[in-house]
Amino acid sequence: MGRAREALCDPIFKNNPIAVGVLGICSALAVTTKLETTVTMCLAVLFVITFSNLSVSLIRNHIPSSIRMIVQMTIIASLVILVDQFLKAYAYEISKQLSVFVGLIITNCIIMGRAEAFAMKNGVALSVLDGIGNAIGYSLVLLAVGIVRELFGSGRLLGYELLPLTTNGGWYPANGLLLLSPSAFFLIGLFIWALRTWKPEQVERDH
Amino acid sequence: MRPLRYLLDRVGPHFEKGGRLEKLYPVYEVIDTFFYTPGDVTPDPCHVRDAIDFKRMMSAVLVALVPCVVMAMYNTGLQANTAMVSMGIAEVPGWRGAVLGWTGVGYDPGSVLADLIHGALYFIPIYVVCMVVGILWEMLFASVRGHTINEGFFVTGLLFPLTLPATIPLWQVAVGISFGVVLGKEVFGGTGRNFLNPALTARAFLFFAYPAQISGNAVWTAVDGFSGATPLGAVATGGMKAVTGQLSWFEAFLGTMQGSMGETSALACLLGAVMLLVFGVASWRIMVSMVLGALALAGLLYGLGSLTNPMFEMPPHWHLVLGGFAFGLVFMATDPVTAAMTDLGQWIYGLLIGMIVILVRVVNPAFPEGTMLAILFGNTFAPLIDYYVVAANIRRRALRHA
Repeated sequence: MGRAREALCDPIFKNNPIAVGVLGICSALAVTTKLETTVTMCLAVLFVITFSNLSVSLIRNHIPSSIRMIVQMTIIASLVILVDQFLKAYAYEISKQLSVFVGLIITNCIIMGRAEAFAMKNGVALSVLDGIGNAIGYSLVLLAVGIVRELFGSGRLLGYELLPLTTNGGWYPANGLLLLSPSAFFLIGLFIWALRTWKPEQVERDH
Repeated sequence: MRPLRYLLDRVGPHFEKGGRLEKLYPVYEVIDTFFYTPGDVTPDPCHVRDAIDFKRMMSAVLVALVPCVVMAMYNTGLQANTAMVSMGIAEVPGWRGAVLGWTGVGYDPGSVLADLIHGALYFIPIYVVCMVVGILWEMLFASVRGHTINEGFFVTGLLFPLTLPATIPLWQVAVGISFGVVLGKEVFGGTGRNFLNPALTARAFLFFAYPAQISGNAVWTAVDGFSGATPLGAVATGGMKAVTGQLSWFEAFLGTMQGSMGETSALACLLGAVMLLVFGVASWRIMVSMVLGALALAGLLYGLGSLTNPMFEMPPHWHLVLGGFAFGLVFMATDPVTAAMTDLGQWIYGLLIGMIVILVRVVNPAFPEGTMLAILFGNTFAPLIDYYVVAANIRRRALRHA
């Protein structure tokens, strides 16, 4: 039971893939201007990472070590294509906004990393929990960034106007920087700062 | 001065370790050492101290900025009063109008006093907001981290308002300086550890977050409804004819044109440069190499010419007096914390910034001015330049003894 809880909960704060591993940053910059695309991205990653961990763990004893990367890649790519086709069929508008970034989930280091580092060495149940945990850790940061960027960058959340913009006769002047990718760097940096203040053991030693 | 020393000595123990106001020690320390040279002596052996400590160095920069501040106020008032005459406005509305009415100096653009006071009514509120907000952040970080408040902020707090247009909303000044101080400096550990110039970081934040209030044609003159481009903006759309028709090179050098408050006068910056060099605070290598880099690239592009891009028509000597080039050259690029440290590194650093300024101004159609971005770019590369200069030196000396 202890190991299961570790696999599920550790990636949320203690070993957060973005804040501690600094992985998956590209998608965190690219898809977080709006909360809607952020949520879609989080669900897509949740699906892909859970099932890639599941599949890799299932066949881990049959994968020849010399071609294991290729096998993992094939599994991940198939899952991503599934997600991409699903989005195109049922959520075409969002899929257009996400453009290449759904396809780029294939190269998301978190998924490859978990398959290689965890699913290759652990049982199916644990691997699935690990996948879900990492997806939650990833989503946590992405959602925080997405909320701040959409709310303060365009005064909306999920498309509903919360802060009426000055350009539409309201009182809130939109912060244009938040609509540019570098702002996600600042926000992730602040998130890491807050996390390390809370958990000082994450701070690297000086060298 | 004696009663002041007496007062400081009497309240001092309360701020020392174990005193009631121990948490506020940084505040006491900053006031004490502002008025008096610290009484501490170096306890360890073999330690040479320069009489010019950090505080005196920063004070030197503040003194060198005085001409720019005076020109900023005069020119802001001059531009506003001139625009009012041309638009037929008799007096300004709001509290500024009330103050100007009370002083009775009027709105004559020919009167230096009227211009100075009108400009001061724009500059001083921005400066006060910037200082108050910035010092609050400094005190917060100093108290939490237990280090002393640094005078570096007095320079940042004066540089930042000078890089802003007079019409900037005060809340943006507060947000901008907060970003500059916290993310440009304090997250890296405070003055001396920051790799970007905090005043420029603050300006860059406003430039990208709220472009409508810091670029374009409507913000440069502090009169409602007045629209006019900066000379660089005018050249970018209308070619050199658009500027030479109204402005001679010498006027541009004096600084009686539109632009951010402190940047327009190359003359004031030149006076500041002389002071900084005499005081030994700024690096002459950076200043010379930045001018050379800009002149070289501007000369090349001017020689090449272009049929479609009017910025190619600008002669190299005009580049030096327009926009923020002179101000950035003297006060920003030479910032001893963020510039390159090695002699050769400073030449490379200056050349790099000078060329990027011209590159952004002339070749990039999106921004008419590039000094801010060029200096931030140079700041980012300064540690790398130093690293390779030092590594090359080590290699050369190793070969000599091999």
